[in-house]
Amino acid sequence: MKNERVSVYRAEHFNAAHRLHNPDWDQATNTRVFGKCNLPHYHGHNYELIVKVTGEVDPSTGYVVDMKVLSDIISEKILDRFDHRNLNEDVPEFKVINPTAENIAIVIYKILRPEIAEHFDLQIRLYETPRNFVEYPAN
Amino acid sequence: MPQSSAISLKLLNFASLYIMPVFYLTRKEHFNAAHKLFNPTWTKERNDEVFGKCANENWHGHNFELLVTVKGEPNPETGFIVDAKLLSSIIKTHVVDVLDHRNLNLDVPFMAGKICSIENLVWGIWHELLPHMPAGVALHCIKLVETPRIFVEYFGE
Repeated sequence: MKNERVSVYRAEHFNAAHRLHNPDWDQATNTRVFGKCNLPHYHGHNYELIVKVTGEVDPSTGYVVDMKVLSDIISEKILDRFDHRNLNEDVPEFKVINPTAENIAIVIYKILRPEIAEHFDLQIRLYETPRNFVEYPAN
Repeated sequence: MPQSSAISLKLLNFASLYIMPVFYLTRKEHFNAAHKLFNPTWTKERNDEVFGKCANENWHGHNFELLVTVKGEPNPETGFIVDAKLLSSIIKTHVVDVLDHRNLNLDVPFMAGKICSIENLVWGIWHELLPHMPAGVALHCIKLVETPRIFVEYFGE
């Protein structure tokens, strides 16, 4: 009997400071493009992270994946590094790229992908605010 | 019905024509800001021990939700306690424009010299708004939501 494919979601959150800035541009261009997000002393968000794992239901457990295990992976690999941090100053990946929601989602994906078996599909949804959120990989 | 009760009921009905009910109106706004909890008179170790991750010297941040509740009697011509757009404009000018996309420790004059807890922040917001309340409208409560699980209310006491 073919096992059913199901998507499971784990929601986590982290609270972080950041600012958007391109060091290759002059200040006027940064202000024009990024607006208030470029202010020099940083601002912050309560980020909501949704990790989506898709795969077949294991008939012996009824799980796609053990959600406690998934939560522990996210806590160790992402939350412990991002929560209550300054993304620009405290997270090495953002020394060279702008910590936009798009880039944060890509970075999170790349950190988690090796931790989750290859036969599972992985997608990251990240809410920067209740109205602005991104998904990677895009559907 | 005894005569005294009938007289009391008539007096009550008469009074209700002239006593206006009091209503509470809440306007919700939001701002996104960085901050840290840090007592400059303490060592780094003591700050870390008391404030934990909130003492990160490089800041962290939140999407803050701000709920401003006013109370008053409705204007008989409009049915409003206060025009909600006017209240929003007052909050934006004196609070949101000062706090949004800012560093609450470094950029906000009314937080200078204070520990940047939401308790101190909500007290500061109350006092920034109080002088700008329209006539006949009383500031009743400031509620500041730091995360879905943590919020503070201040009633001006």
